[in-house]
Amino acid sequence: MRSIINYLKEIIFGVWSLLKGMKVTGSYFFRPGTIVTQKYPSNRKDLVMFDRFKGEVVMPHNEKNEHKCTGCGICELNCPNGTIEIISKTIITEDGKKKKAIDKHIYRLSMCTFCALCVKTCPSNALAFSQKFEHAVFNRALLIKTLNKPGSQLMKGVE
Amino acid sequence: MEEKEIITTPDEEQEYVINMGPQHPSTHGVLRLLVSLKGEKVKSIQPHVGYIHSGIEKMCESITYPQIIHLTDRMDYISAHINNEAVCLNVEKALEIDIPDRIKVIRTIMSELTRLQSHQLWWACFGMDLGGLTCFFYGLRDREKILDIFEETCGGRMIVSYNCPGGLMYDIHPNFQKRVKDFIKYFRKILPEYDQLLTGNVIFHERSRGIGKLTKEDAISFGVTGPTGRASGFSCDVRKHEPYSAYDRVQFKEILHTEGDTFARYIARIDEMWESMNIIEQLIDNIPEGPFAVKMKPVIKLPEGEYYQRVETARGELGVYIISDGNKNPYRVKFRSPNFSNLSVLNHIASGFKIADLVAIGGSLDLIIPDIDR
Amino acid sequence: MLPDIVALTTSPSLSVPWWKVVYDFSSLTEWIDASLHNYMSPFWTTITEMLIIGVLILLFYAVIGLFLVYAERKVCAFMQNRLGPNRVGPFGIFQTIADLFKLLFKELIPIKNADGFLFNLAPFIVIIASFMAIAAIPFAKGLHAIDLNIGVLYVMAVSAMGVIGVLLAGWSSNNKYSLIGAMRSGAQIVSYELSVGLSIITIIILAGSMQLSVIVEAQRDGWFIFKGHIPAFIAFIVFLISSTAETNRGPFDLAEAESELTAGYHTEYSGIKFAFFFLAEYINMFIVASIAATVFLGGWMPFHVGHWVGFNYIMDFIPPFIWYIGKTFFVIFLMMWFKWTFPRLRIDQLLTLEWKYLLPINLVNVLIMAFIVLMGWHF
Repeated sequence: MRSIINYLKEIIFGVWSLLKGMKVTGSYFFRPGTIVTQKYPSNRKDLVMFDRFKGEVVMPHNEKNEHKCTGCGICELNCPNGTIEIISKTIITEDGKKKKAIDKHIYRLSMCTFCALCVKTCPSNALAFSQKFEHAVFNRALLIKTLNKPGSQLMKGVE
Repeated sequence: MEEKEIITTPDEEQEYVINMGPQHPSTHGVLRLLVSLKGEKVKSIQPHVGYIHSGIEKMCESITYPQIIHLTDRMDYISAHINNEAVCLNVEKALEIDIPDRIKVIRTIMSELTRLQSHQLWWACFGMDLGGLTCFFYGLRDREKILDIFEETCGGRMIVSYNCPGGLMYDIHPNFQKRVKDFIKYFRKILPEYDQLLTGNVIFHERSRGIGKLTKEDAISFGVTGPTGRASGFSCDVRKHEPYSAYDRVQFKEILHTEGDTFARYIARIDEMWESMNIIEQLIDNIPEGPFAVKMKPVIKLPEGEYYQRVETARGELGVYIISDGNKNPYRVKFRSPNFSNLSVLNHIASGFKIADLVAIGGSLDLIIPDIDR
Repeated sequence: MLPDIVALTTSPSLSVPWWKVVYDFSSLTEWIDASLHNYMSPFWTTITEMLIIGVLILLFYAVIGLFLVYAERKVCAFMQNRLGPNRVGPFGIFQTIADLFKLLFKELIPIKNADGFLFNLAPFIVIIASFMAIAAIPFAKGLHAIDLNIGVLYVMAVSAMGVIGVLLAGWSSNNKYSLIGAMRSGAQIVSYELSVGLSIITIIILAGSMQLSVIVEAQRDGWFIFKGHIPAFIAFIVFLISSTAETNRGPFDLAEAESELTAGYHTEYSGIKFAFFFLAEYINMFIVASIAATVFLGGWMPFHVGHWVGFNYIMDFIPPFIWYIGKTFFVIFLMMWFKWTFPRLRIDQLLTLEWKYLLPINLVNVLIMAFIVLMGWHF
């Protein structure tokens, strides 16, 4: 007799536990307001990334097309993957001195692991992360970027 | 037409061997299990590792200490922050730097958030391994909230790279405390829902109770740590025994269970989620003022010698062993990864059970394959 | 020249106004039959009618299959806090049609060392089994392809044939996972067919007939699930569980057990052959749901309560076809709800559930039902 009672108890508790689980899924079914999916490509316009989001390394330029990069090469040294390559040139300043300056700051997005060491160690804060995250391109060569814009110059007062 | 070879071995000696992986839904990566079967029963399991070997330890020898950090992100990518912390703590220990309290507290909060999101992902995947696909989405839905917190403060979601030797990369975001508190409030309500969906379920009980029993002695001799080891009664919580960061100033229980079966491992992790929330709640309002990083030399050189630091990741004990010859690069780095030891126990506890149990046991060990292969 | 004019002038017309057809399809079918007889000999009439019905069922089959796939994806998405398909067409309603085209255009991969003949035959067996079962289902009043006097038995027998296809698929694929899946499926269907049968027998005792039209007609003044007290309700639950298991779905999807056997018996199938398995799964679900609706929930009968004449009159306004579809989809929704909530059972637990729980409950249930009918306690 006892075994029969236990048998029935087992069934009732089992069914009860199953119903509790069904309550959870069922309650979500009738609450479409809880849906968390983002409609990604269509919400692109109002999609705001966090300001610290590490999208890709960029070199901010001001309106006079000036940047802060002195071409010191610390970012190149600190990059663990050889993502950054700095090609420097010698320019003659206004007062006639020869000075090393940056010709091309090459950034290979395909090799970047977003460790942020270049941005953090840059002595003149020339580098920053942009929030752009759509990196897909059709040609691998497009992932090699030159960060300083053509014709750009070193900002005044940055050594 | 070619002649077919006739197999003459007697039936009893023939093995029905299936390859679980490298591509299999329940190995969570590229682990390959060579499973000998007898009908539905598993006779033996032979794990083959190395499919995602990336040579992290060797790469570490040619890069500087701050650069090592971002590689450890890629080992156990679910508890990336804790891996970072392990290397940083080791370097700081070697350099004998005093770390301000603010850094310690923030590191602890981030570690516990990492543990929480790791366990959420584990819960999601464990439910999916058992066939309850809905668990997967609930787990990931809640994990997303923690990843948002990470993204706001660290700039990365999984690959956070938030630590650096001597402190943190940036200060916490102004929204950080509010967001964490909101999340804890939210998750305290959601976690009982997990219980209703899976923990109390009779089918889940049948699937997990008494399956894959691991005794305390075996856990110790195989070096099984983390929630897996603690479910067998092996008190191995590094946070308790050898407190690092701010773990010495918070009150928390070490979750210990004695059954050692899949269900105990499950409950241990669920309880750890509650404990993690307790730890975060104790610290989140008491973040001391101060700098977020200690000023370090531009080139970090460790004094000659050997250094070892262990931390408790979401899966167990991670040890970082550095031999330095005084250069800016380490001479040798060795990671004692928890998953490698946890995997070694699989054949021991899963043989004799059925295929479905093997999947459940594998899920309850919570293996991350890049951490095994490194 | 003359006979044609005569035929046209004497051509039969619908005996009821056209809009009343939705309440009773028999007048429409009779009219079609009579019209065809005017033009053809009886032999060709029969052939034509069979063709029409065949094409109609085929169309219905495809539409229901596509719709169920869409419905399942939407239901599970809402349960999981997702949106589900939402890209192709409004609310993604054309998603399954797009999927169908994808599957049609996909390559049919020949498997090395597979038993070619059986490998190609298996999906057809599965799909033919579900085709045959759909013929005997009463969709609405007068909308019933064939009204066998052993309708219930026929549907059960034919739909159980699908397992042969599953077994063949697993065996001929030359894949170890497939074989395990097929063997699991075999063991599962052999045991669960028993429970399905016994739970229906409970109702057959109450109805006194195996003819589906008689069973539906007997529920005019109340559905069997209410008429038969608790035993009928228990039988309904048991039927739901065991029919879910029979269709390899929900927590009983051991044969394909995604996390264990990758895809079980249809691992090696691609393109339209895979689609056959996929479609057959959903049609089987539809068939068992419509059997449940017919036997337990009154088929196309509207919801009537005893002597509430006014209420019953209003209920009669809803066409029987809508009633039938509504009930069927209610049962299908229940089955989807199971599937997306529970973890999967293990093979030995699956058999334990059948032999230790469902079967004894069922046997006792049949006894109680027989006793109730004997004493005339049912409504």
